[in-house]
Amino acid sequence: MLSRFARCVSGFVGLIFGVVALLGCGGRRTAITLAGSTAFQPFAEKLAEQFMAMHPDISVIVQGGGSAVGIQAALSGTAQIGMADLVTLPPEATALTSLVVARDAIAVVVHPANPIQELTSEQIRDIFSGKIRYWSEVGGPERPITVVSREAGSGTRTSFEAIIGPFALSPVALVQDSNGTIRETVANDPNAVGYLSHGLLNERIKAVGVDGVQCTTENIMSGSYRIVRPIFLLTKGTPGGAVKMFIDYVLSPEGQKLIADSDLIPAKR
Amino acid sequence: MAIAGRQVKAAGEKSVQWILRTVAFSAMASLLLIAVFILKEGAPFLLRVGPRNFLFFSLWDPQNGCFGVYPMVVASVWVTLGAMLVGAPFGIAGAIFLAEFVPAGVMRVIKPTIELLAGIPSVVYGFIGVMVVAPLVRDHLGGPGLSLLTASVILGVMILPTVISISTDAIMSVPNSYREGALALGATRWQSVHMVILKGARSGIMASLILAMGRAIGETMAVIMVAGNTPRLPHSVLDPVRTLTANIALEMGFATGLHRQALFATGVVLFVIIMILNAVALSVMKRSHAE
Repeated sequence: MLSRFARCVSGFVGLIFGVVALLGCGGRRTAITLAGSTAFQPFAEKLAEQFMAMHPDISVIVQGGGSAVGIQAALSGTAQIGMADLVTLPPEATALTSLVVARDAIAVVVHPANPIQELTSEQIRDIFSGKIRYWSEVGGPERPITVVSREAGSGTRTSFEAIIGPFALSPVALVQDSNGTIRETVANDPNAVGYLSHGLLNERIKAVGVDGVQCTTENIMSGSYRIVRPIFLLTKGTPGGAVKMFIDYVLSPEGQKLIADSDLIPAKR
Repeated sequence: MAIAGRQVKAAGEKSVQWILRTVAFSAMASLLLIAVFILKEGAPFLLRVGPRNFLFFSLWDPQNGCFGVYPMVVASVWVTLGAMLVGAPFGIAGAIFLAEFVPAGVMRVIKPTIELLAGIPSVVYGFIGVMVVAPLVRDHLGGPGLSLLTASVILGVMILPTVISISTDAIMSVPNSYREGALALGATRWQSVHMVILKGARSGIMASLILAMGRAIGETMAVIMVAGNTPRLPHSVLDPVRTLTANIALEMGFATGLHRQALFATGVVLFVIIMILNAVALSVMKRSHAE
C-alpha cells in the first residue's frame, strides 16, 4: 500500500524535475522576443524561422498582442523588440529606437457581388463616419451600407483613420477583432464594407480602387496607392548583440526579399 | 509486525487526507485570487471615475477618454433575456417530454445526446451563427444580420442542455404519489403535468433557468462572432450590440493605462452580476431541497 503510494509520489516528483530540467536546457540558448502588431506577426514568424535556421544558437520568439502591446512590451523590457504598424508613433514611443522594416497597404473591401469598383477618399471617409448610408449615394444599388471596422486601439484601424482623414467612426459600425474576421464578415454580407491588410486579400472579397488607384502590388510598390502604413521595429536604446543581428537580418537583402515575397513592401528598394 | 503495518497505514491515510485538503483549498484559493485580482485592477478606476458615471454613461470611446459601459450592460441584459425567451420554452417543453412522455429506454438515448450539445465548443456555435443564422436574419428581416436577435437565438440553443438536464431531473424527482393522486382525481395526463408536476418541480426548473442565465451572460466567443460588437444602445432586435464580456475580450489586447483599467472595471461589473445570479440560484435550489 505504502510502496505503491511512495512510487506514485516519487514518479510525480521525478516528472516535475524532468520538466524543469527540460525548460532549463532551453534557457541556455540566447533568446529574443518580439511582441506587438498582429498584422506583422505572421511575417515576423517567417523571418524568425529563417533567422533561426542560420543561427541555431539564438531562439526568436514571436508574440502578437497588437501595436500598443508592442510599444508597452519594448518599454517595459518584456520583449526585446516591439512591433508596431502605426502611421505615427504615440508620444510614449519616443523613448524607443524605431526602425521602419516594411510597409503594408490597407485595402478597402466589399462583397464580390457589389458593383462598386472605385471610391474616393472622401466617399470612404463619409461611409465610415456614417454620413453616406446607402450604396446608391456612391453609384451602387439601393441598399443600406454595413460598415465593418476594427476595435479601438488596433494598429490597422488607427492607421486607416489617420490616412483617410480624421473622422469619428459611425456609431452603428460593426466591430470585428481581427483582419480575418473582417474578411469573413464582408465575404458573407453583400452590403458590407471593411478594410484589411493587403496581404490577406482573397477571391471571397473584392478590393475597391481608392481615388482611381487599384490596390495591386505594382501600385503599392510604385507609391501611387495611398493607404499604406509603415511597420516599425522598436527597441529600447541602440540594439546590440542578438537583437542587432536579427534586425540586420530583417534589413538584409534576404530578409527584405522574404518580406517582398509575402506581399509586403520592403523598406529598402 | 501488525502494529507497525497499522502505523504505516495510518501515516498513508493522513498524507492522502492532507493532499486532498491542499488540492481542495487551492481550488477555493484560485477563486479568491481571481476576485482579489479583478478588484485590485478595476477598483481604482471605479473610484476615480465614480461607479455611477461608469455604469450609466452611454458613450464608449476609449481613444478619447470616454468610458461608459451602459450600452454594454443593457446589451448583456437583453441578449440574456432574449436567450431565455428562446431557450426556456424549448428547454422546459423538452424536459417535460423527456421526463413524462418518453419511455425510459428512449430517454436513455435522448438525454445524453442533448447533454452532448453542452460539449460543443462555443466557437462552433458562433460559426454556425455567422454562416447560417446571420444571413437568414439579414435577408428576411433586414439590418446587418449580426445582431441582438442572432446572438439571442445562438445563446438560446447553447443554454438548452443546461435547462433540459436540470429540469428533467427536477421533474423526475417529483414523487410518483403526486402523479397517481392527480390521475385518481380524474385529471388528464396534461392536466396532471401542468397543474401538479410542474408546481412540484418549480424550484428545480427555476434553478435551471438561473444557471442558464449565468451561462448566457458569461458567454464570450460565440457572442463576439454573432453580435456585431457595436458599443451603442440598441433600438431594435436587429441592431448590433456589444456585451460586457465581448467588450473585455475585444479590447484587452490593445488596451493600456486607463483603458486597461476600464476593462478590468467592466470585469468587476460582470463579476458582481454573475455572483448575484449564482447566489439566487443557490438559494432557490436550497429551498427546493428543503421542500
